[in-house]
Amino acid sequence: MKQEKTTVVEHHNFQGDYRILRLAAPEVGPLVKPGQFLELLIPQLDDRILRRPFSIYKADAEGVSILYKPVGRGTQAMIPLNEGDPVDIIGSLGNGFPELGAGKIPVLVAGGYGNAALYLKAKELKTKGIAFFGGRTAQDILCVEEFKKLGWEVRPTTDDGSLGTKGLVTAAFDPWMQEQEAEKLELFVCGPNPMLKAMGDRAIEHGFTAWLSMDKNMACGVGACLTCVIKRKTEDGGWEWARCCKDGPIFESREILWEE
Amino acid sequence: MSVDLSIKIGSMEMKNPVTVASGTFGYGPEYAELVDLNRLGAITVKGIGPEEHVGNSTPRTFETRGGMLNAIGLPGPGAQGFIDKYVPFLSQYNVPVIVNIWGKSMEDYGKVVEILDAVDTVSAYEINLSCPNVKEGGSAFGTDTDSFSRVIELVRGKTQKPIIPKLAPNVSDIGVFAKAAENSGADAISIMNSYPAMAINIETLEPELANRTGGLSGPPIKPIAIKLVWDAAKATTLPIIGMGGIYEPEDAIEFMIAGATAVAVGTANFTDPSTINRVIDGIETYLSQKGYRSASELVGTVKA
Repeated sequence: MKQEKTTVVEHHNFQGDYRILRLAAPEVGPLVKPGQFLELLIPQLDDRILRRPFSIYKADAEGVSILYKPVGRGTQAMIPLNEGDPVDIIGSLGNGFPELGAGKIPVLVAGGYGNAALYLKAKELKTKGIAFFGGRTAQDILCVEEFKKLGWEVRPTTDDGSLGTKGLVTAAFDPWMQEQEAEKLELFVCGPNPMLKAMGDRAIEHGFTAWLSMDKNMACGVGACLTCVIKRKTEDGGWEWARCCKDGPIFESREILWEE
Repeated sequence: MSVDLSIKIGSMEMKNPVTVASGTFGYGPEYAELVDLNRLGAITVKGIGPEEHVGNSTPRTFETRGGMLNAIGLPGPGAQGFIDKYVPFLSQYNVPVIVNIWGKSMEDYGKVVEILDAVDTVSAYEINLSCPNVKEGGSAFGTDTDSFSRVIELVRGKTQKPIIPKLAPNVSDIGVFAKAAENSGADAISIMNSYPAMAINIETLEPELANRTGGLSGPPIKPIAIKLVWDAAKATTLPIIGMGGIYEPEDAIEFMIAGATAVAVGTANFTDPSTINRVIDGIETYLSQKGYRSASELVGTVKA
């Protein structure tokens, strides 16, 4: 974990409203493990004091990239960032995805730009498999060619049927799963909470492993402020608070006590 | 000419006047990869109660214009859990450790000190008499001078280490509490805790925090804290640890001029963990440029 005061290398539109921000990060870049995130202090957001967490999309010895969609005050304020502008990051943060279990078949499942958090894992895994990407429309299914280039078969689903199977990601995943030896599957999942829960429920019901990238409003990002806590089951049948930023963001489906 | 940055809080020596505000720095390990803990004047850890405590539901924090609300509710490992989990880590550093202690009852404060007092790594106690976010105790002790004094006297009876009551900002005359702390045997006081506050979501009509209300911290409270330190400094000779919205060296210097012997960086740790180093360096540069020989020379020099 390092704090790096650095600059924007590149910032451009990607697809639809989605954007890619590339930062010089010779300190942070080499530390990144798949599934980790960074905390960005947005200089244009000068009436707000907290950093914003972003999944790390790509990382190498020179820098890191994030893939985002301007939705809130913070991400809207990022739009004017230009090459050479100063930014301040802390990274890489969180536990990241674990190694694939021996003899397991890897499966990627993402909603919207959740697959940005899976790209490095997709690249790292020696065994390639199937990636299920869900989105509202074809515009929300990102990076298909890139995952294909890495050797993954991509099965998209869209709410409106404009690309792939019509429906939620489960509409494509469920029939496929029925044909597999479920206990051999190992899922790497990132997306909205209902999708995480849907995949987590299936993991428990069908006896496979599902690593879920959990999202909860975050402040410090390093485990100090105790804002981003979720309920994690304990061995005695109770629960404890676990910090998404430090104990996660990756949790196995059986660890999570879902709150309504 | 070099400047002597060291100060004393009771018998506790700090190599510079800068610590962190309880609750904004975890128990030490959280920021150890980003901040050289040995540079700090002291580490102040998150509040410790007699037993393990689960704290509030979420949402626990909410960002406001220029600041934030929190209602974490003092989750923590309890006094023995702190010794087991964090003292081995903290003892590796050459930095005094101030343990913030809290209780639901008066007896709880005594229990925490009884468990912690034999631990050499614990240098001093900050007594949390002003947490706005726990139902029992907390601020109830901090806004009534009788129970305020009795908690301090009880803790005083159980330890020789410096004790530092943390004062609530929402009192009509902080000077009364500063004087009461002095008369009850405190070695210093810290000012201020976060200010009781609230935010409401206008779509759901629900409060933004699960606890409904919380404490406001960050730059918006700094001028409130400066006045409280100034008021308290006129009422007591005890050293004051000043805090509330310190983001730059100039903020810390202002607290010292108002009457604070030491200062704590709080919410700024979340924004920029390098703030602490910048504040320590900035105080030294200021003192040197203005021709002060020591940090203590600056304390309380306000022309008012």
